[in-house]
Amino acid sequence: MLMNHFWFLDHAWLIPLIPAISYAVILLFGKRYGERAAWIGLASIGSAWVLALGTVVQWISHVNDSEGAEARGVVQSIGGMVRNIRLAAESKLHVEPIIHSTTWFQNNGFKLNVGIQIDGLAVMMLFVVTTISLLVHFYSTEYLKGDRRFNHYYAALSLFSASMLFLVVASSTLQLLAGWELVGLCSFMLIGHWWEEKPNSNAALKAFLTTRTGDIGLLTGVIMTFFVVQKYATMAGGKGTGSFDIMKVNEAAIGLGEHGGSKSLLFWCAAALLLAIMGKSGQFPLHTWLPDAMAGPTPVSALIHAATMVVAGVYLGARVYPIFYQGFHIAGGTINPMAAIGGATVIIGAGLAFVQNDIKKVLAYSTISQLGYMVMALGVGAWTAAIFHLFTHAFFKANLFLGAGSVSHSGANHSFDMKHDMGGLRKYMPKTFITFMIGTAALIGIPFTAGFFSKDEILAVAGENNFTFFKYLGLVGAVMTACYMTRCVYLTFFGEYRGGHADAHGAGHDVGHDVGHDTHAYVSDDHATPIHDDHAAHAAHDLHDAHDDHGHHGPHESNFPILAPLFFLSFMSIASGYLLSPMLKIEKFALWVEPHFGDDKHFNVFEPGVFKAIDPILAVAAGVVGMLLAYAFYWKKAYGENITERNGALRAGKNFLVNKYYLDVLYTDIIVGGVKGPIAQAAYWVNQNVIDNVLRYTGKGAAGAAQFVYKYIDQKGVDGVYNGSASGAGALGGLARKLQTGRVQLYAFTVLFGLGAIALLLVIFN
Amino acid sequence: MAHGFDAWILTLTTFTPIVGLALVLLIPKVEEELIKLVTLLTTLVTLGFSLYVLKNFDFDHTAKLQFEVKKTWIEVINSNYHIGVDGISLPMLVLSAFITVLCVIYSWNHFPEPHNVKAFLALILLLEVGMNGTFIAQDLILFFIFFEIVLLPMYFMIGVWGGPNREYASIKFFLFTLFGSALMLLSFLAIFFKVKNGQGLHTFDIPELIAAGKGGITHGVQLIIFGGMFIGFAIKVPMFPFHTWLPDAHTEAPTVGSVLLAAILLKLGTYGFIRIALPILPEAAKSWAPWIGLLAVIGIIYGALGCLAQTDMKRLIAFSSVSHMGYVMLGIASLTSFGINAAVFGMVAHGLITGMLFFIAGSVQHTFHTREMSRLGGLLTQAPKMGWILGFCAMASLGLPGLAGFWGEFPAILSVFKPADGLSLPVFRTYMVIAAIGTVLAAGYLLWMLQKVAFGTPKDEWKDTHVHDVGPQEWMAWLPLLLLIVVLGVVPGLMFKTTDGAVKQMVDKAFPTKVEKGVAEKQPEAKSPAIYVKHLGR
Repeated sequence: MLMNHFWFLDHAWLIPLIPAISYAVILLFGKRYGERAAWIGLASIGSAWVLALGTVVQWISHVNDSEGAEARGVVQSIGGMVRNIRLAAESKLHVEPIIHSTTWFQNNGFKLNVGIQIDGLAVMMLFVVTTISLLVHFYSTEYLKGDRRFNHYYAALSLFSASMLFLVVASSTLQLLAGWELVGLCSFMLIGHWWEEKPNSNAALKAFLTTRTGDIGLLTGVIMTFFVVQKYATMAGGKGTGSFDIMKVNEAAIGLGEHGGSKSLLFWCAAALLLAIMGKSGQFPLHTWLPDAMAGPTPVSALIHAATMVVAGVYLGARVYPIFYQGFHIAGGTINPMAAIGGATVIIGAGLAFVQNDIKKVLAYSTISQLGYMVMALGVGAWTAAIFHLFTHAFFKANLFLGAGSVSHSGANHSFDMKHDMGGLRKYMPKTFITFMIGTAALIGIPFTAGFFSKDEILAVAGENNFTFFKYLGLVGAVMTACYMTRCVYLTFFGEYRGGHADAHGAGHDVGHDVGHDTHAYVSDDHATPIHDDHAAHAAHDLHDAHDDHGHHGPHESNFPILAPLFFLSFMSIASGYLLSPMLKIEKFALWVEPHFGDDKHFNVFEPGVFKAIDPILAVAAGVVGMLLAYAFYWKKAYGENITERNGALRAGKNFLVNKYYLDVLYTDIIVGGVKGPIAQAAYWVNQNVIDNVLRYTGKGAAGAAQFVYKYIDQKGVDGVYNGSASGAGALGGLARKLQTGRVQLYAFTVLFGLGAIALLLVIFN
Repeated sequence: MAHGFDAWILTLTTFTPIVGLALVLLIPKVEEELIKLVTLLTTLVTLGFSLYVLKNFDFDHTAKLQFEVKKTWIEVINSNYHIGVDGISLPMLVLSAFITVLCVIYSWNHFPEPHNVKAFLALILLLEVGMNGTFIAQDLILFFIFFEIVLLPMYFMIGVWGGPNREYASIKFFLFTLFGSALMLLSFLAIFFKVKNGQGLHTFDIPELIAAGKGGITHGVQLIIFGGMFIGFAIKVPMFPFHTWLPDAHTEAPTVGSVLLAAILLKLGTYGFIRIALPILPEAAKSWAPWIGLLAVIGIIYGALGCLAQTDMKRLIAFSSVSHMGYVMLGIASLTSFGINAAVFGMVAHGLITGMLFFIAGSVQHTFHTREMSRLGGLLTQAPKMGWILGFCAMASLGLPGLAGFWGEFPAILSVFKPADGLSLPVFRTYMVIAAIGTVLAAGYLLWMLQKVAFGTPKDEWKDTHVHDVGPQEWMAWLPLLLLIVVLGVVPGLMFKTTDGAVKQMVDKAFPTKVEKGVAEKQPEAKSPAIYVKHLGR
């Protein structure tokens, strides 16, 4: 048989390789094929998807084989208190990852390995990344039709997928770092896809520089993983060779933690890597790049928010979880930096989603908030729940983003402004409406959608692990999520259509819109206020779609390439939840994805939560409260129109939110502006006026001294002596003339000779 | 010692340009095409010789001096014509021969004013003698002479073919370097008088000096002697605060001059540290290391800030050299084989990447007659290929993994987490964090440059200008560099394999790691390796 039971798992390295080749092909030969180049990308990601499916199937059968009939029986009967029995029982047989690696290079006895580490976690991510990427590729054939750089777009998409897949299969932390940076590069390329307009390139720069700030942590953290291994090896009595291999890193982290080894090294390593996660996964306070990243084409936003880029951070957290678990004492059940950052992000992101008028920005802030849930889950020891939420979130968030794209593309003249260009669209685009509602339901956590199961799981395990505070924080987040999504749906799909020619903006709206925004785009600068940003983004889209033949018709339903991904994602927004639910006694997801971190007898964080009826009831109540609040506030206008304008306290609160907690002012104007402006200028001033002047004055001093020597000593003193003595003057005069001929080399020689003499003296008298 | 043709090959690699120089001088000035052809052939032959060295180099014994020749030269001071290459000098020698060829190709139709092809190319050939010679010299006097030969051609290149402020820049360059050389020579002489080789003779021979150890010099004097060398080499690198000649020299120099300056000349300084200062005076190096590290990280941050303040594209790239060479010096300051391997890698990577950036800056100036970034913009629309190459080089320069720059930066930062025994951990770990912050600033200035130059739409003054995208000569000069940036980024082992043995031998001798008592050499793994690579039953 050509393909044995491990063929797909053993050959998982093909999955990143295929899109990488596609990138090169499209970039080099894409021009020849015009828009047909998209099919190269589609074919490549399609094959990667098939291979990923293969790994899923083989991994699941591998797990089932390994577990054996007995173990499987136990697992499937788990529920309620049975779990505790299992915990107490002997440590369960773990399914070991499949690792194939080769030496990348060798340096002083240290080997850097590069290869693949395939386990449940990696397989799950391979599936998610290839699936979302495939849908985005397909969706973009329609959405980006006629784009000015269609080929480049597809080339970048291919590279983006390849980098993320490379990161996913990485077997060493350094390889992970490489994938991580490449993902950052690709998001830079795609966010800045329409780089003719300054706001877009600003957004791209902001994304790159903010995540790069987090990468200070990644660089130092990855370096420390190397020394964690070294330390552990030394402790065990060996010579102490460091390593970047993920398996060794995890094992060393567990070992150091268990045996009371260097806790401070683990803590700093965890702290550094947390900084990296904050940058990449948009955690407070490094989240500000994520909403600006909406400047890129919408399908890219879906890809960034669902499957690549931002989940890379959470993936890193899950991959080297023992470092965080031991470094932050997560088992202790007290507050720790990871849970705190995640928890804060849940609330802070959700708060910002309330005041956005741009539909994509609502979704962007909701992503920040949901990523907060994932990081918080990791911080409270709910590993499986975090990964499960990553899994379900990928589908419903991609669904929502692509839905927003559909609305904008076909319903709102390429605008994303809910207040001015949308409203009442459910009548015009019923299919998009239904898919968007399903995505919203999953995000809010309506019972029996995917988000319901995954969010509940996080809250349940948080409670179980004695992180009660974070459990309630999560519930507050759930209220807010329900509230802002209801507002978003209301503004987009209900009420009267306000876009195009149908509303009070009048017939001149479109023209005014375009021209006005055009100028905005070109005069805009580092000082982009939120609204300004939106406008600039419009201009970009308007420009880009100038030749789009149906751009300025009334709102209508999108066509097949856009709708098909939406249908599939809607299905997954519900179905993906049924892989893990203590309530329904399903634990398949935990079983399949659970990784093996090495010696983890005392390290068990993969158990699904215990079902308690109160948890879903609380969560549903939170959702209902949120929706009712939004219904009363926005829909029925229970407090009348514009309450935020009339009430001082509310107005101040809203302004605070509209200004994004003034973080952008702090970063863009104060920190970046400061470094770029006064600090850099000051350093340069010092360079030109202080350091250079030392030289200048030394030179002047030397020249002055030379003048003095020449005038008073040579001409008057020495020469005087010479002149006074008639004999021998001719010979010496000739020598003196030679010394004064002004030839640089001769002087140089003299200097060197003199210095040589000093050296001799130094040596002799020493 | 090498025999037969192998004994001649390094001499040929170094002095072939002299032959070419003589031919060029014989050709009348008006025969420009012939002059170009002769120069190109000379540099190609030289490159061929260096590739012969590369091909026949024994990569299993990179620590050993190969193609070694030792002939009596100046008997009275016991200075010999002692040449040879090991794993550290080989990459630099090949890089030097390689970059020179590309510079000649690029010059083909990019001669700066006042033209004068004959003189310009003659100077390049003379420069190559000095550069190649420095990397093969195994005798301090020989090293010094080659080191100084480099000075004059570059002085004239800046002073004659330079920009508006060329006189100031060229004199500054000359005086700075000369000052450093003087102190360096002073140190060489002090070592000569202080150390005796195995036969009880004073010597300038580098391997003999290394073998002789510190030779009874007291610590205080070692520190002073090292200080002299330090200033000599640090000026060449250039390290903060001796760097101020560099931005001026780079800004005013003709494109090819900038490329050679960045790619090779700066490396003479770092090479000097690795080849001479560290192994001959290891104790002093250890005392100096924290200060070298301090100046290196100051240079990293300071150079980056200097970049952010620039409006001139070429001056920005020049300041970026200060920052990047900071990483190289930081790796050296760690006194570990990891750090020094990274330093040599960083030297080559910076040569390729920054050389490439200067080429682009040159072509931008050639096209638009300005390098003011506020007047540029939209390069990607007017000359998309050049824009892409600029973006590529910016990414390489900011240390993107998978491109060459990363492998100079990351291991250097890693090495200072655990510097050589006896160096302060808190101090060096602080340096590590500062160096990591430097990578963000690097991304900042490079991407801002990219944004200003390549993104956006062309400014009104260039709207109707017909812009030539990358032409055939440019492709010929640039493509090898671009390919090498990728190849070394993807297969860094090519370089590390070459340098590792030589570096390890040097470090093991100079900065031995104390073996803790009672720690067994065996039991290298904490656990059985079986779980790492699973052999699955089929």
